[in-house]
Amino acid sequence: MLVARPTTLAGVFDALDELPDAHLLAGGTDLMVEVNFGHRQPPSVVALRRVEELRGYDVLADEVVLRAGVTWTEVEHDLVEVLPGLAAAARTVGSPQMRNAGTVGGNIGTASPAGDGLPVLGALDATVVLASRDGERRLPLAELITGVKQTVIAPGEVIREIRVPRLDGPQQFLKVGTRNAMVISIVVCGLAVDRAGRSVRLGLGSVAPRPLRATAAEEFIAGAIDWDAMTAPPDAVRRFGELAREAATPISDQRGTASFRRHAVGVVATRALTRSLAA
Amino acid sequence: MSTQPDPGTGQATDSYTLSVNGADREVTDAWIGESLLYVLRERLGLPGSKNACEQGECGSCSVLLDGALVASCCVMAADAAGSDVRTVEGLSPAGELTDVQRAFVEQGAVQCGFCIPGMIVAMHDLLDRRPDADELALREAISGNLCRCTGYGRIFAAFHAVKEERARART
Repeated sequence: MLVARPTTLAGVFDALDELPDAHLLAGGTDLMVEVNFGHRQPPSVVALRRVEELRGYDVLADEVVLRAGVTWTEVEHDLVEVLPGLAAAARTVGSPQMRNAGTVGGNIGTASPAGDGLPVLGALDATVVLASRDGERRLPLAELITGVKQTVIAPGEVIREIRVPRLDGPQQFLKVGTRNAMVISIVVCGLAVDRAGRSVRLGLGSVAPRPLRATAAEEFIAGAIDWDAMTAPPDAVRRFGELAREAATPISDQRGTASFRRHAVGVVATRALTRSLAA
Repeated sequence: MSTQPDPGTGQATDSYTLSVNGADREVTDAWIGESLLYVLRERLGLPGSKNACEQGECGSCSVLLDGALVASCCVMAADAAGSDVRTVEGLSPAGELTDVQRAFVEQGAVQCGFCIPGMIVAMHDLLDRRPDADELALREAISGNLCRCTGYGRIFAAFHAVKEERARART
């Protein structure tokens, strides 16, 4: 048996003991493309789709617990109220076919610079819970992803859940691509406002080896917003866009040039902030 | 089709049972990297699901996996064991057209036809889940089903025809 289909987390760890070289398989939308094109030939596979502990989500008072196998379709349809930025991102992940199969845990595990959910989860200060036979450890998303498709997930570990704080404030998701649907992003941005904490968080994707937070822009705008009126001077909004642009370190590739990406970051960051402020 | 084991390293095989259109089908000694699309077409004699992009971009391989619309090129066949797989061939009894297929014929919604099986599965999925879906919902539902011939106009016409026919049948 080279393809294990466990139904419990304990079964996953048993399978990983038995098949130490196994690739983890969630929705398949990333792994199977690599396999189809001959870029990967997994010696064995542990399929996670049936694992009870990895399915669905819980909406708690102050956070949402997304289990790793929650699909983008579930996020898109069920979590619009509690995680509006992530739900908006979900609606742009691939096509309905991809969203029915693809998972939030898979998005993180693949750790693509263009992963649509990652800038939003980054902006929301999501914590990733990794589980292994020995127990669990928790890491901020920013520490989990170390480079292009690189993570600190160790052999024998799986992503169990993603804990996302619930924030009081507007959330935006903006994505630049060649069409609205079914596109790998050229630039992607998630913005979350935390009214209680008086902070603005800006996550950026497709503009660096891993998802970024534009911290200089965030700190600047937090001090420029009139938090009672939820307004900011036009100059400050413009400056926010410039600082966001400076945070990006994009490359030129087949989807877009570095200079276009830098420009687009300024546009989407400014737009996301403007949409979040009172008119 | 590239979904084949490399001769040098293609030793990783497995055997499993798929439930396809209500029937159990044995898959024996198959390379574990084979997609559901490959197994349906090349091992089980079900060529209705089409192979174009092999990367989840075109939708021509759309099937229902436990009732959810997925691209079968992005499903590892061995991971579909124990799940209910429904292909375009299983939407109606052999030789009969579904209402959606009939509407495509009547509205002239088929040109080269390559994308149509996936389109039919996607449209069934939408109308079965959301009988009142409007055209905007349809556009989003088939946003992952690429048609390069028709310009979609007659596909939308077929959609409206089915919707009206089903609405009449309900009253």
